[in-house]
Amino acid sequence: MTVIYPARRIITMNPSNPDARHVAVRDGRIIGAGSLEDLAGWGDHTIDDRFADKVLMPGLVEGHSHAHEGSCWRAVYCGYFDRMDPNGTVWPGLDSFDAIFDRLREQDAAMEPGDDPISGWSLDPIYYGDARMSRADLDGVSTVRPIGIRHASGHIMNVNTKALELAGLLREGINHPGVPLGDDGLPTGELKGPDAMELAASHVGLDRKVMSADAWGLRQFGRLCVRQGVTTATDLANPLPPEAVDMMLEVTGASDFPVCMVSLRRFQGVTPKELVERCVELRAMSTERLRLGRVKIHADGSIQGFTARLRWPGYYNGAPNGLWYATPEQMQEIYEGALEHDLLVHTHTNGDEAIEMMLDTFERAVHKVPRPDHRYTLQHCQLADTAQFRRMKKLGLCVNLFANHHFYWGDQHYEKTVGPERANRMNACATALREGVPLAIHSDAPVTPLGPFFTAWCAVNRLTPSGRTLGEAEKISVAEALHTITLGAAYTLKMDDEVGSIETGKRADFAVLEDDPYEIGAANLKDVRVWGTVQAGRVFAVEDI
Amino acid sequence: MADAPAPIPVTVIGGYLGAGKTTLVNSLLRQADGLRLAVLVNEFGELPIDADLIESRDENVINIAGGCVCCSYGSDLIEALKTLETLDPAPDHLLIEASGVALPDAIAQSTTLIARYTVDGIVVLVDAESVRGHGSDKYLADTIAHQLEVADIILLNKTDLLASDLLGQTREWLHANCAGARIVETEKANVRLPTLLGARLEAPLSDVGHNHVHAQHESFVLSVEGPVDPHTLTKRLSDASFDLIRTKGFVTGMDGCSYAVQTVGRRASVVATSQSARDTGRIVCIRSGGPIDRSALEAMASELTD
Repeated sequence: MTVIYPARRIITMNPSNPDARHVAVRDGRIIGAGSLEDLAGWGDHTIDDRFADKVLMPGLVEGHSHAHEGSCWRAVYCGYFDRMDPNGTVWPGLDSFDAIFDRLREQDAAMEPGDDPISGWSLDPIYYGDARMSRADLDGVSTVRPIGIRHASGHIMNVNTKALELAGLLREGINHPGVPLGDDGLPTGELKGPDAMELAASHVGLDRKVMSADAWGLRQFGRLCVRQGVTTATDLANPLPPEAVDMMLEVTGASDFPVCMVSLRRFQGVTPKELVERCVELRAMSTERLRLGRVKIHADGSIQGFTARLRWPGYYNGAPNGLWYATPEQMQEIYEGALEHDLLVHTHTNGDEAIEMMLDTFERAVHKVPRPDHRYTLQHCQLADTAQFRRMKKLGLCVNLFANHHFYWGDQHYEKTVGPERANRMNACATALREGVPLAIHSDAPVTPLGPFFTAWCAVNRLTPSGRTLGEAEKISVAEALHTITLGAAYTLKMDDEVGSIETGKRADFAVLEDDPYEIGAANLKDVRVWGTVQAGRVFAVEDI
Repeated sequence: MADAPAPIPVTVIGGYLGAGKTTLVNSLLRQADGLRLAVLVNEFGELPIDADLIESRDENVINIAGGCVCCSYGSDLIEALKTLETLDPAPDHLLIEASGVALPDAIAQSTTLIARYTVDGIVVLVDAESVRGHGSDKYLADTIAHQLEVADIILLNKTDLLASDLLGQTREWLHANCAGARIVETEKANVRLPTLLGARLEAPLSDVGHNHVHAQHESFVLSVEGPVDPHTLTKRLSDASFDLIRTKGFVTGMDGCSYAVQTVGRRASVVATSQSARDTGRIVCIRSGGPIDRSALEAMASELTD
């Protein structure tokens, strides 16, 4: 049965038919967009005018997120900025440590009496001056329950005394850079890096396994996607053990799961050869709403954590260069194996040295195993310079830039990590487009909140929290930004034949909007109100999700 | 309350891809001879353990003849350490094979987050043929430099593949680029287990067989007559001038108590012990690649016990 939806405006992203007022859907796919008469020619149909006063866009595509954003909402939100949870409740940002402690106390009071842990997430100490949170501070919330708050970076955790005790860390003589000690010779309660965090994590309800997307979390993630107009979302670095795949198949297979998930297998705990073999197997398990068999590699760490690999002259504050998370040999072997088996590879690179290493190893690999239209993508790729973008273009690479970074850490990049010149060219969207590199932009949720219109606003305005514009020359237009969060991201996933635009034959995926992004304009792009989504013809309203 | 369980010494084995880390691990497992070694590897990959040593295996654990075990830890070192700690009987010694670009000192420090583990030493393998190339590679130079700097012992491996003049240059290059580590030359990562891990060092090394396949070592038992400051002693024993790979023994301190002393390359450790006084005063010393300067050691010992 064909359903024709009239709308106030349909922004199709199809250049040969850019604007329409009607879209016809049959069997979850788009029959066409155009005038009512054009579409009526397809035969029997009903007209559904629930979107008559809405604006439709192609369902948005988040090209770099992690499904465990959903699981994070098990914990208490402790961030500095307002953030919407899967229920649509906006949790106000907390502007002082005291406000954080108050929110944790409310959680304590709301829980059954006892020693169940209190977990928090998204703390970002850079917004609270020089103060460091201590275990004594958190003991003020409870000395009975273990308490742990994970930082927004994901790489640091603050815990109370009870949690340290349970973790076996409340002792003298610890000598570890990730466990700072107080004047009493005991840990202060700040735990840095995966090893130090892992010891306490299971005692404070922030166990990595629990937090790496369980069934509940994945369902929550689906709800968040509806609220943000997203119909295709990546889960960009999952180890994908068999039990996780089974869980994801079950959850995404439910008839009311609203998103097509694209989960990339992370290079971790296996050899390059095994990784490729596993991804070939995974690819065959793909379903309509769970796409498997793509590869993710991490080349380096993060810029704000000083673990990204930078070329000369390195970090602005003189910090030593960062860490490699894969060797050139491993990367080349993965690229060669993946090219041979037609597997898509996305590579995490933050610093310009990591980008260069990716380009060098990929160039050697693709020379040995040529594959036209491979669409290998550099993820984050924050510090790429123009010459590197030119090389990407020549090598057929795509880029997915971390536009949200400017809003959260832009001032820190300017003042501390990379200095003014490179901070201005970070996430150089305009350069990528000028050099002809296929471009997407992303949130890396849960590192920053899922929300492609917000991400687009970041790329269009490049504002920092202090109001500084970082890189006037790298701003892109609203039209270009809308392309990156639809077709642009779909292209990097090799899904632009299925999604990303509203045109004949594609999946009936729409973002249903109250506001027209062009009318609302560059300055307010983040405020576009989302009514809901249509995914493969199924309608999901925010208010019912 | 029960006695605290014995600490588990940890040796971190670092080095870039192809340096021979897996070969070394297998060689040590073959020499285990009743010593329960636990091995943590980043991933199982292609045969981390020689097939004839394997008794059984599942996804993350390989059981090895003689009570040894090998586990893969992926990204979760701490969880693997917590699991190993609960084994009954507990491992006598833990080997952690670091990935090629890992920083072995960071891994060693992480093991100390769990009270049960104590760092025995950091062994870094280098491929005699490729180490200088890697050491000047635009991407790898600082990582290789870091690995060499933090090594207590460097195994200069695959020396048979290099002409002697090139080997000499490589040796000099390593000396210039490490921070006082002892350099042991090997061909197929063959080194005696007591030398590297300190276990069973009480027996003079000549009692240990298959000399022909191992790097040439000399051992000497140094007598320390009378009380001595154990910290000064180990500092001197670990000094590069004696070039000792490993020393281990018991001494009586100035306070009359007994101390277990050991050095692993440049690393020194002193632990108070309940060893009775009559067993103290003997320190087994091992050197590779040349004779031990016994008279200098004896002179040092007598100076310290004056």
